[in-house]
Amino acid sequence: MLEARSLYKSFGSIEAVKDLSFSLEKGTVLGFLGPNGAGKSTTMRMLTGFLTPTKGTALIQGFDVQIDALKARRCMGYLPEGAPLYLEMTVQQFLLFIARIRNIPRAELATRLGEALERLSLTDVAGQTIETLSKGYRRRVGIAQALIHDPAVLILDEPTDGLDPNQKRDVRQLIRNMADDKLIIVSTHILGEVSALCNRVMIIAGGELKADNSPVGLLQTSRYYQAVTLRADNPQSVATELSNLPEAAQVELKDHELTIFPRKGAKLLPLVTKLAEQQQWNVQSLRLEEGRLDDVFRRVTTEAAQ
Amino acid sequence: MRTVITIIRRELLSYFTTPIAFVFLVVFLILAAAFSFYLGRFYERQIADLQPFFQFHPWLYLFLVPALSMRLWAEERHSGTLELLLTLPLTPWQAVLGKFIAAWLFLGLALLLTVPIWFTVNYLGEADNGRIISSYLGSWLLAGSLLAIGSCMSALSRNQVIAFVLTLVASFILMLTGLPMILNAFSGWLPQFWIDGIARLSLINHFDGFQRGVIAWYEMLYFILMILFWLYATVVVLNNRRSN
Repeated sequence: MLEARSLYKSFGSIEAVKDLSFSLEKGTVLGFLGPNGAGKSTTMRMLTGFLTPTKGTALIQGFDVQIDALKARRCMGYLPEGAPLYLEMTVQQFLLFIARIRNIPRAELATRLGEALERLSLTDVAGQTIETLSKGYRRRVGIAQALIHDPAVLILDEPTDGLDPNQKRDVRQLIRNMADDKLIIVSTHILGEVSALCNRVMIIAGGELKADNSPVGLLQTSRYYQAVTLRADNPQSVATELSNLPEAAQVELKDHELTIFPRKGAKLLPLVTKLAEQQQWNVQSLRLEEGRLDDVFRRVTTEAAQ
Repeated sequence: MRTVITIIRRELLSYFTTPIAFVFLVVFLILAAAFSFYLGRFYERQIADLQPFFQFHPWLYLFLVPALSMRLWAEERHSGTLELLLTLPLTPWQAVLGKFIAAWLFLGLALLLTVPIWFTVNYLGEADNGRIISSYLGSWLLAGSLLAIGSCMSALSRNQVIAFVLTLVASFILMLTGLPMILNAFSGWLPQFWIDGIARLSLINHFDGFQRGVIAWYEMLYFILMILFWLYATVVVLNNRRSN
């Protein structure tokens, strides 16, 4: 459905994206992660045909975004970084403009517009000038614009940026509902969003692909995966006891919480609970860690810097 | 074609929903009138024609057309909407043409609003209406040429002030290439053939023909080629920007 073939982009002597290749199928919701300046937006701009790659190319539904640009763009919806909009137009005027350029037949214009307004809860502000809208509304107008023609491929650069928590939840829900018969690429800074939304994650740093996995798979590479975190009285003595466990690789005390990291393959949780009962520790909380994305993210992206 | 019309409609809409249209039209009409009545001595000449009105159009356009054209692309680039526009299913040509035609129609409207002065000369005496029509046509074509130059300059920069100044300078040079002042700079080191060619590029010389009441096909062709050349240059600049 979408294929990137050794995309390479340099601006003068700066290599923004180095040899990026991947292929994505229908039903994928890809989370595109990376620190600022990692090349996320540059990659998206090449996928959408806005930027010409220095080398390589991208195909959408089999159409080369450089050669068959119009055909490729017809099956794609795109929310550029920062959701740029024509501020002097009303929401309705703007969406109708996009729908007309997208060649939606006259007879369908009203229904498509109504649907798009409804889906993003914009009906109440349809007659308002975009300039007068808050950041959250503007972002939603940008998303509405990207999906008004029901595209097979949806590319959204930071779709939930500037939204409040409720709006974020609504937009994630909307994206999940559409996910089955589309390919959706979402770039984001918010790591929690990735597990909530995506079934595939790519982390890029320094213009290179550093990780390509499912959110669960990615969590398993975290050093927190299968670790046990507990809060108890006398943490110092508890820590000493725990570090005597042969299955424990390391014990860390941070903010009154103890985290015990397992040796490879070891199951710590039953051992820790047993020990707690035997020693009659006063345990306030105890949990098994699934792995932490921020930990993976930091490791993967700082490796790139070295 | 439908795409170009959609772009034209959007552009015109944004002229009229912002103060641009109102401010531009009022300033254009006041300056056009001031030039013809004070500088052109419209009444004092006691001749029922519009020569004092049309002869100042090149100078009026020199400042007002860049003011209109500077926003064409610089604003889109500055606000980021260029990325939105150029990833929609349209070719750069359609976008360039749509934006240009909208602005040109708008300048046509500004000219149409000066029609009362045409009625006035007919009321005051026997006017040569054929000559007036050809002058209007020439004036509109001249405005279109400057607009096309402005379109290209606007695509070159994200800063509207720079776009304005570049357009002003380029327009000024192209208007006056026929003057000895400019031609002298070339004589001596360029062959006469080239100097004649440069002299023929002058926008004002071509407008003069229309003011005399002659609509010659090759004069029209000159303006149309001039417009197409600068619009093509706009497309080249936009495409070039996409690889940078």
